[in-house]
Amino acid sequence: MAAPFDLTDDSVIVVIGTGAGGGVLSNELAQRGVSVVALEAGGRYLPEDYVNDEWESFGQLAWLDPRTTSGDWRVARDFSGLPAWIVKAVGGTTTHWAGASLRFQDHEWKAASNYGPVQGASLLDWPIDGAEMAPWYDKAEKKLGVTQTNGMPALPGCNNYKVFEAGAKKLGYKDVHTGRMAINAQEYDGRMACQQTGFCFQGCKWGAKWSAAYTDIPRGEATGNLEVREKAHVARILHDDSGKVTGVEYFDADGNLQMQRARAVCVAGNSFESPRLLLNSASSMFPDGLANSSGQVGRNYMRHMTGSVYGVFEEPVRMWRGTTMAGIIQDEARHDPSRGFVGGYELETLALGLPFMAAFLDPGGWGREFTTALDAYENMAGMWIVGEDMPQETNRVTLNHAVKDQYGLPVANVHFDDHPNDIAMRNHAYERGAAVYDAVGATRTFPTPPYPSTHNLGTNRMSENPRDGVVNKWGQTHDIANLFVSDGSQFTTGAAENPTLTIVALAMRQADHIAGELSRGNL
Amino acid sequence: MKDISQQRGLTRRDLLSRGMAAGASFVVGAGFVASTDAAWALETKALRPETMATLIQMARDIYPHDHVGDEYYAIAVKGYDSAEAAETVEAGIAALNAAARGKGHADYLSTGWERDRVDILRGMEDSAFFQQVRGGLVTGLYNQKAVWPLFGYEGESYSKGGYIDRGFDDITWL
Repeated sequence: MAAPFDLTDDSVIVVIGTGAGGGVLSNELAQRGVSVVALEAGGRYLPEDYVNDEWESFGQLAWLDPRTTSGDWRVARDFSGLPAWIVKAVGGTTTHWAGASLRFQDHEWKAASNYGPVQGASLLDWPIDGAEMAPWYDKAEKKLGVTQTNGMPALPGCNNYKVFEAGAKKLGYKDVHTGRMAINAQEYDGRMACQQTGFCFQGCKWGAKWSAAYTDIPRGEATGNLEVREKAHVARILHDDSGKVTGVEYFDADGNLQMQRARAVCVAGNSFESPRLLLNSASSMFPDGLANSSGQVGRNYMRHMTGSVYGVFEEPVRMWRGTTMAGIIQDEARHDPSRGFVGGYELETLALGLPFMAAFLDPGGWGREFTTALDAYENMAGMWIVGEDMPQETNRVTLNHAVKDQYGLPVANVHFDDHPNDIAMRNHAYERGAAVYDAVGATRTFPTPPYPSTHNLGTNRMSENPRDGVVNKWGQTHDIANLFVSDGSQFTTGAAENPTLTIVALAMRQADHIAGELSRGNL
Repeated sequence: MKDISQQRGLTRRDLLSRGMAAGASFVVGAGFVASTDAAWALETKALRPETMATLIQMARDIYPHDHVGDEYYAIAVKGYDSAEAAETVEAGIAALNAAARGKGHADYLSTGWERDRVDILRGMEDSAFFQQVRGGLVTGLYNQKAVWPLFGYEGESYSKGGYIDRGFDDITWL
């Protein structure tokens, strides 16, 4: 049974957020005998609660608290109050993610060294590398049950994949397959195999896709060492006169302000809420926010270079049938500056239902150019582009004191301008994506702009030198020894790969480190 | 409400001819909008019926799907037929008709060619009213479950066991 801990118990580790970072960290600590209170802003939804309906599910799961946007990215115009499509629930965005589980390529850990200076970019090498992370990737792949790793079979290809694969092969692409997915191709770890239902983004009703909501969270709770408090929105992290963190203030499910004491605090609220919380925790001792002596909290926001390509064919595809993200072309993921940009990108199939296709194909579009595209919905195939975007100091999360959330706290403003490298890469990917579909007879293709971000990275970045970032190679803040960051906001650079596997691997590694430090008496 | 159909060329005959040229909905009388084939009818509460008919035509011109009947557009905009929205919508449609007259047409609904109506809409696409109607249609039209089969979209699949045995990989034309 889940252990209830007292608010005054200062021996617990408080983890803020229960997604790929916080959810995994909480369980991994609990498995090591560490007492954890996990504070989750959202409620608890399990497979029986998920709905195969895009808008209804969005209303159930999405983080819809107010945020504001600025910058030249189109999301700021089309979805000004919704910079991210992420989840507010126990398990966080692992309910929504597509399941793509890719390791970084070795060169991506050292982007600054390998790419050289890029004007306007704040590239930095990670203080860790592929060799350091390899054993943690092994463990993460086993935890998630990633297909095509550890002898696990691949998922079968759905119609959307078959179109994509046929086009890719005609273009001569070699590294084309149904992906390394945290979706069971066969029963694994007490969870059943994928039933090709679609609606991966709406929460997997079969539990075939890994989500912390029904794996790590209940397993952590079963140890008796983890208490998850739902609908607990953390307002502020507290510290003492020595600058050590002492606990957190949060609004409970009834809206009452509570204070939980803590031995250490781990922040894992995704890359908007994590820096927002550090900034909202400013005090007389830390007037610029916690862990912000570098001024780097909130900076270097990355969202991956994204976009989509949809193609229309003479015959039906019915892309919505089956796994939402059902295959990948990896040939363009390499670093090859001869293409006119540094870094690389992946092409991954993607399907949207009719309601979301109408919302996202060409936001703001109307008239027959738009509607004839939807008229061909049944004959449409789709892919998503995900590539490395350049960190920029001015792409950042700040507090918008003019807009308050339901608790009266300043909301996050998210500023993003595309870097010229991002634009060059996107244009290359649009051309390649369209070529894939043209190669198998597309009559029309659509270079679709980025959706609200699901990959939010970098706003508390990891650095060797405390001057360059917010956390060290363990995710421990440079400034405060018992304050950690445990989500994608610690990413130094974004690499080309979907980030969840790396977030999970980092959380597992961080849990091992924190448990070790506790047993050594250092925390 | 007085019978506006006599004043503004909204006789059944006028409307039928217009319905053939410009769409399929028309005002049948005080408080009613109906399809030319009488397959459906909508009783307006707060809006003037010709305002609702114009709004339905505007909705179709924003997101024209020739295989989607007017009733779906009517459902998509019927939320504007409320006391709270009426003033805004009446003003918006009045502005639309004024824009039509500015381009030499009698009003929006009687403008025969879609390209001419679209030209009118283009001239006001940055207005709050246009964006409200367009934005509302994205969910109002495309999130109607009854519309989905018209696009081939099959919707919910969990209760049917997904597509593992129902054609997830049945493509044959490649």
